[in-house]
Amino acid sequence: MRHLPLYFAVLGSSFRRYSTYRLATAAGVFTNTVFGFIVAYTYIALWSQRPELGGYDQAQALTFVWLGQALLAATALMGGGAQEELEARIRTGDVAVDLYRPVDLQAWWLAADLGRAAFQLLGRGIVPMLVGAFAFQLALPTAPLTWAVFAVSVLLAVVVGYALRYLLALTTFWLMDAAGLSTVGVLLSIFFSGMLLPLTVFPGTFGEVVRQLPWAAMLQVPADVLLEERAGAGSLARALGFQAGWALVLLAAGRALQSVATRKVVVQGG
Amino acid sequence: MDGMDGVDGVGRMAKRERSGDCIEVEGLEKVFRVRRRTGPLRRERREVRAVDGISFTVPRGQIAGFIGPNGAGKSTTIKMLTGILTPSGGRLRVAGIEPSRDRTKLARRIGVVFGQRTTLWWDLPLRDSYALVRRIYRIPEARYRANLERCVELLDLGALLEVPVRQLSLGQRMRGDIAAALLHDPEVLYLDEPTIGLDVISKAQVREFLRVLNEERSTTVVLTTHDLTDIEQLCERVVVIDHGRLMYDGSLAGLHEVGESERTLVVDLERELPPIEGVPGARTVRTEGPRQWLAFAASASAAPIVSRIAADYPLVDLSLREPDIEAVIARMYAGR
Repeated sequence: MRHLPLYFAVLGSSFRRYSTYRLATAAGVFTNTVFGFIVAYTYIALWSQRPELGGYDQAQALTFVWLGQALLAATALMGGGAQEELEARIRTGDVAVDLYRPVDLQAWWLAADLGRAAFQLLGRGIVPMLVGAFAFQLALPTAPLTWAVFAVSVLLAVVVGYALRYLLALTTFWLMDAAGLSTVGVLLSIFFSGMLLPLTVFPGTFGEVVRQLPWAAMLQVPADVLLEERAGAGSLARALGFQAGWALVLLAAGRALQSVATRKVVVQGG
Repeated sequence: MDGMDGVDGVGRMAKRERSGDCIEVEGLEKVFRVRRRTGPLRRERREVRAVDGISFTVPRGQIAGFIGPNGAGKSTTIKMLTGILTPSGGRLRVAGIEPSRDRTKLARRIGVVFGQRTTLWWDLPLRDSYALVRRIYRIPEARYRANLERCVELLDLGALLEVPVRQLSLGQRMRGDIAAALLHDPEVLYLDEPTIGLDVISKAQVREFLRVLNEERSTTVVLTTHDLTDIEQLCERVVVIDHGRLMYDGSLAGLHEVGESERTLVVDLERELPPIEGVPGARTVRTEGPRQWLAFAASASAAPIVSRIAADYPLVDLSLREPDIEAVIARMYAGR
């Protein structure tokens, strides 16, 4: 707890770092918006053939689309953020600099990734969401409580995403080049988060299973909170509990792998 | 002036006692196991003794220079001194702490600078990097301000504080890095090739800073380098390592003695003459027209040689070349 000011400072500096790349942010907003339109029209086609698909009406489906575009950068569904930076540092050996410091590697990068996510949520999330809301009829909630729970849910989505990507980044200690694994990681998270199609659409056992995987915590769950598919205190608590549970499990796995990795470095050399 | 200690907060850095050993190393060993492919499926395990029984101590407040060819075991030794590598054998203490057991505790008391890596944040202005360093080491505000002020002054960083690190030149970045390593008043500063790739002016600036730092704060400095000018201008103590073993440990002057190094007297005569002969302790190693080169032991005085030549030959001009430490070390590596 004594370290809390440090991690807030790391978060803040990471936020500032990302905010300096204005052109990249603008390009990202443009891309998200264009993709939002493409996917929105695809969903309109799909939902007009199959109304109520996955339990969503068309307005809810479109909200899901634009929310996905708004959260894409923040939850780093396409990879990047702390994962990319840490991988580069491990590959070049710069990670030795991090080990010289009296700080915890996982907590440090979590703080940095939260700073990045906070900027990208504001910088790359708000504009696509507003454009979507002007261009289409969306199903946005009016209850302040829903928005408050949604905010917590997004935070947990970012943490789960980080915990997964931290695990992937650590594999660089053994693989030296984790690019292949990262690609697999992106594909998995695009599909299993619901980015491609809401997970509620998938029937049967497959649907049951994918809705329980950690990736569901990155988009499907926050979307259901925003769409008020999770109504009532118990249902909301279960949603947040699902996310928090995966966050804890994955962070613990990251810690275990981190201690093996640093021991390997410490014993075998950089 | 000198003798101030603790938090005075007026730009003068804390002065420490100059006594006792700061670093104690006894029989230090590091063995790496490497696997080598010897066939499609066969792997051979081989042991590499990167550090092979090294012992030395560095007293508080000393500047010690580590030299040796690439792969000699210098960096491995430094890594063990900082705690990020665990020794395979031997005893090791830095500031009373066993590095690999208490790495984080030690980290608060040492500063590390890599010539080839940066500890700064690429996208952030120098000032923001320092603010983060302040948080990492929980440096009290007054102490931080005083140290930063002094570093900015000595390393000429004033104009660079608002510049993102990625826009700094190598020399500027290096100065920035050195300041970052010193804000928390480390007792020991490790520098791994601090002047690598720097131009002459930046090198001089870095050396001058290290000298002032050592004088003002009595910081113990351990540096590795391939630039022997660093050693000549900074280190009262030289440690030569090769093949994981200690080849020499002592003063720079002593290194010349051990290496049987020679000084060179260059004399210009009035006209071309046969090689100078009959000067005790000196021998002519080269002639080129009226100019001749005479070599003599570095420990001997040049005066009798000069007066002898002046008496016997038509001397016009002369100059004296100090021994080339590089040649001394090359001889040492070769003579092993």
